Amino acid sequence: MYQLFFFLFAAAAIGFGASMVAQRNPARGAMSLAGVAASLASLYLFLGAEFIAVVQLFHAVAIAVLFLIAIRTLGAGERGQDRRRGRSPRLGVPVLIVLAGILVSIVYHQVPAESTVRFGDFHGVTAGIGRRLFLQYLLPLQALPILILVAIIGMVAFVQRKPGSHA
Amino acid sequence: LSVPISYYLILSALLFGLGVAGFFFRRSAVSMLLSVELMLHAVSLTLVTFSHAFRELDGQVFGLFIIVIGAAHAVLGLAIAAAVFRSRAEFHANRSTGEEW
Repeated sequence: MYQLFFFLFAAAAIGFGASMVAQRNPARGAMSLAGVAASLASLYLFLGAEFIAVVQLFHAVAIAVLFLIAIRTLGAGERGQDRRRGRSPRLGVPVLIVLAGILVSIVYHQVPAESTVRFGDFHGVTAGIGRRLFLQYLLPLQALPILILVAIIGMVAFVQRKPGSHA
Repeated sequence: LSVPISYYLILSALLFGLGVAGFFFRRSAVSMLLSVELMLHAVSLTLVTFSHAFRELDGQVFGLFIIVIGAAHAVLGLAIAAAVFRSRAEFHANRSTGEEW
């Protein structure tokens, strides 16, 4: 039963990811990314990461809405059908398949087979995450707001710039 | 009744590969941003998987950090895309034909 759910959500994640890459319409790509994030959130539940799962869900919906608003504002949905071919698919696809094969074989040979994931094996308590954040990772936690502030200021600066000015 | 850790890692590797593919094969800037987000999600899955494997919460903390960084990345990337899109009439940096958005 558990394996069935794992393969269901894994297939959903791969399918949404493939549809995102194959999609010519960026708006549908944004929705597919939200689908990938939702599938991964379900897998996080199996891994005992409930807090990350919920945060991931909200983040995925917010990002999808942000992308949709941006695409709508830019008018990229109609215009941006991305008709031209990619840089070099003829060379890129074999390279990519080889890369994926190497990655999969490394993981398959390096990770011991007896280490498995069982539902309820490990319970990532939210209080434990909070304790780590505020004791062990206090400096990164305090640096993140600066990053977000820089992002907000940068966004306002970019969006408010007049087309003609070079300020 | 259980799934090997390696399955989760392989899924993460495949998602990361898809993200790389999207980043290199798509011409549209918005699609490239989406592909980078996909790569971030894949790395986050790896971290959470190892957090489970080692029975430590550090991986989940870093997963949280990655989510915040992904949000900042999306905001800044879209703002840059919007700025370039609006000023492209006189910009023509990419010898654009008006089809890469």
